Amino acid sequence: MAEHAHTAPPSDPELRIKALESLLAEKKLIDPAAVDAIIETYETKIGPRNGARVVARAWTDPEYKARLLADATKAIAELGFSGAQGEDMVVVENTEEVHNVVVCTLCSCYPWPTLGLPPVWYKAAPYRARVVSDPRGVLLEFGTVVSDDVEVRVWDSNAELRYLVLPRRPEGTDGWSEEQLAALVSRDSMIGTATIPTPAPGAAP
Amino acid sequence: MNGVHDLGGMHGFGPINPEPNEPVFHHEWERRVFGVMMAAFGGGHFNVDQFRHGIERMGAVEYLSGSYYEHWLHALEALLQEHGTITVDELASKWKQFAEGAH
Repeated sequence: MAEHAHTAPPSDPELRIKALESLLAEKKLIDPAAVDAIIETYETKIGPRNGARVVARAWTDPEYKARLLADATKAIAELGFSGAQGEDMVVVENTEEVHNVVVCTLCSCYPWPTLGLPPVWYKAAPYRARVVSDPRGVLLEFGTVVSDDVEVRVWDSNAELRYLVLPRRPEGTDGWSEEQLAALVSRDSMIGTATIPTPAPGAAP
Repeated sequence: MNGVHDLGGMHGFGPINPEPNEPVFHHEWERRVFGVMMAAFGGGHFNVDQFRHGIERMGAVEYLSGSYYEHWLHALEALLQEHGTITVDELASKWKQFAEGAH
């Protein structure tokens, strides 16, 4: 018991990670400056704006879209997005007949290079447990209504395969530039928990 | 392997409550857990499957009551000890040092 009391970790995660980082740095196994750089990259450079560029390109370039649906990893890399947690990508296309939504029931697999780090709800028990058994109910919680005549497909990601949803291009966006279109694409529309609303007339950004 | 992490289809977890305009991290310690894990992973101290298994081996109560980056912290501490990179005594002495420093 005395041994256990000595080695039981403190409850405060702030203290625990300080201790661990300090120990690893002393052993020269990590460099705190490199840790800072990693954090900054994922806070400022890698996020859903990357995925939005992929979507906008697919909407405006049919040949790119064909490549994206045939080999997503390669087509996404054409725009410069690749690396950790994006090594093996599949893009699933929303159509008039099918609405796709992505989950990782076992943990938190998510396409980092195109969407960044996942939001808390994506990693938490309620979404992971329920989206596979009641997807339409879950979508309603996000304010997303999928008509009964549209099939809902739920894709369970894993460490070897990650999914990105290609949302439907909203009506009223003919002639919009790729950049204008990318600004419409939300993170949740690429997870599949949202659709992209039709912009108000004359609302081109 | 079945376990508490295998959540698909389970009932009773309540509403999803997505947070509008959620930040990438909610606390400074989450930033550090993410960065240290990525640096240790990059240094080859464990692979992604070992890391996930480290999380899956958590006790059910701890798993369900802990936040995501608490899971990561648990797996990091466990794997680095199991692989002999650090010892529990080294870690405990750091805990003591920082706990005392905080008061």
